[in-house]
Amino acid sequence: MTSPNLRIAYRFLTAKKRAMVMSLSCTVLGVGLFIVTQATTSGFERFFTKTILGINGAIRIEDKIQDTMRSMAAAGGGDSHFARRDGVKYIEGIEEPQALMAAVREFANVRGVSAVVRGNVQLQSAFKAEDAQVFGIRLEDHLRVSDLAEQVTNGSLEDFRNSPSGALVGRVLADRLQLAVGDSLLISARGASRRVQVAAIYETGYREVDKTNVYLHQPEARSLLKRPSGATFLQISLHDPTRAPQDAARLEQVLRHSVKAWQEREKTWLAVFRALRISTMITVSVFTLIASLAMFNTLAMIVLEKTKDIAILRSMGYERRDVTRIFLAQAGIVLAVGAVAGALLGAAVTWLVSQVPLPINGIFKTDRFIVTWDAAHYAGAVLTAVVMVMVASLIPARRAARLEPGDIVRGTAQ
Amino acid sequence: MSPPPPAPDVAPAWALRSRGLHRHLGQDEGRVHVLKGVSFEAERGQVYAIVGPSGCGKSTLLYLLGLLDRPDDGEIEINGRRMSNHDDAARTAARGEHIGFVFQFHFLMLEFSALENVMMPMRKLGRLPPAAMRERAHALLDSVGLGAKTHRLGTQLSGGEQQRVAIARALANQPAILLADEPTGNLDVRNSNLVFDLLTRLAKDNGQAVVLVTHNPEIAQRCDVTRPMRDGLFV
Repeated sequence: MTSPNLRIAYRFLTAKKRAMVMSLSCTVLGVGLFIVTQATTSGFERFFTKTILGINGAIRIEDKIQDTMRSMAAAGGGDSHFARRDGVKYIEGIEEPQALMAAVREFANVRGVSAVVRGNVQLQSAFKAEDAQVFGIRLEDHLRVSDLAEQVTNGSLEDFRNSPSGALVGRVLADRLQLAVGDSLLISARGASRRVQVAAIYETGYREVDKTNVYLHQPEARSLLKRPSGATFLQISLHDPTRAPQDAARLEQVLRHSVKAWQEREKTWLAVFRALRISTMITVSVFTLIASLAMFNTLAMIVLEKTKDIAILRSMGYERRDVTRIFLAQAGIVLAVGAVAGALLGAAVTWLVSQVPLPINGIFKTDRFIVTWDAAHYAGAVLTAVVMVMVASLIPARRAARLEPGDIVRGTAQ
Repeated sequence: MSPPPPAPDVAPAWALRSRGLHRHLGQDEGRVHVLKGVSFEAERGQVYAIVGPSGCGKSTLLYLLGLLDRPDDGEIEINGRRMSNHDDAARTAARGEHIGFVFQFHFLMLEFSALENVMMPMRKLGRLPPAAMRERAHALLDSVGLGAKTHRLGTQLSGGEQQRVAIARALANQPAILLADEPTGNLDVRNSNLVFDLLTRLAKDNGQAVVLVTHNPEIAQRCDVTRPMRDGLFV
């Protein structure tokens, strides 16, 4: 330490241990709490987003849009007519999926696109019957728009790939029907029945999906659902899923089909997470405010206790700005130590929280509390601490600098 | 910050000179005219005592002369430079370079050792390299008889020892003027004599003007010049 101001600041601070511990505690807890709340709040949200993107992709194109026009005869007689757009009508499904897929692939942000044929079916195992939905897919296409490869828990995707009459069955559905890999089941739809073999069992963690969805090869599904052409929807994955709403709007405009981004599809759950985030933010803000006030109080007390020292320093030639710097340096030391210690505390608590058993199976599947490790959280926490400490220290530091040495000496001497 | 006027080529005999100083203290009904046009001069190598009853304005005058306070009217010259109208930064710089203070209540920074207290004005002035600062601080503490206690904190020193450290600190930057406000007021007779002897000897050795405010007639008698004050004026 070469700067006399920094040396004095350090000594002032370490001499007042209680005040130093108080200031440090405020900073450490502020930084730590910020990191932990960010890690835990965004952990579940990100995991949910990953889950639903892994199932349904970032964008779905369904139903063709057809403008409904009203035509009227123009006034004044004659053959003149004018037309007016009256609304939109949706024609179910995709008529020409290949042409549409080719057009979709032209969009820069599109990573993959998969045409899916969907239909309601009844499944019959040796033990039980269940209603379900069949999804006819081209496996290679669908692997580019979903996490199906990672979701297989029993059997192998390779078996499904090599078996034209193979089926991928959801975990919950398989349990209900008491199915295992290699078992056969009867699928019935529209008066026709077909026997398929369970090639693999998958689990997305989203219970509704695992309870109803059965994946078949598309030719098999077309045959079963008596749908030789077209598709029910196109599932699209994006390089940057956060841009899905903008891409969806553009796709809808260009392709004249109903296009939905995942943010719109899952807006209910996203609203829940947003509410949770706001609630957490309010908690953190209130704590930060209280911590700032406590710190302000502590630093103001140090200034009050140090008025005599300020007079000594001023009498020795230390300028007002030196006094400001000394008290700001105290805050800076607290900030530097508090930020590092707070980040370590935040990381430690985040790790501990991530070890807490918390079985959830509904909108995603986890056995433990989910946290996110993100450098941005640490940067945000440090930035918040900088603002908190500087705001809390600036007023006491400026007050210290404004003190007149003559007044202090006169007051102390009397 | 307005730059101080250039120093004259030949150092004046007067280290400190003031003319017509006025100072009011308090506000509204409590406002008191403490100094009523006081003029004072201090020559290098001389020891001055300002004496008088409590409330006559001795300390107020001393703080004005030491640029710790601003006069309502009047002029102050330090080493031939008019300082009374300068801004805070220039007055602070002049304090650091030309003036040393010794206060009645020692005013050591108690978190620092005796050595660090003495080095503090030198560190701010930055005229000497760190090793030379340390050497000078040791020499000054030796000269006030505290060579063996350089690393003791202020809290570990007696009142007399603290005052001796304060004297060493006041001399750290070799100021032209040494101002002392009741430097022996808080000490027993033995320590009072010791501190006074130190102040005068060191100041005489270095050719410094010493101005001290005191209630002690024996101390005042031993000074080169005694200036009695009453009701804000020298009498």
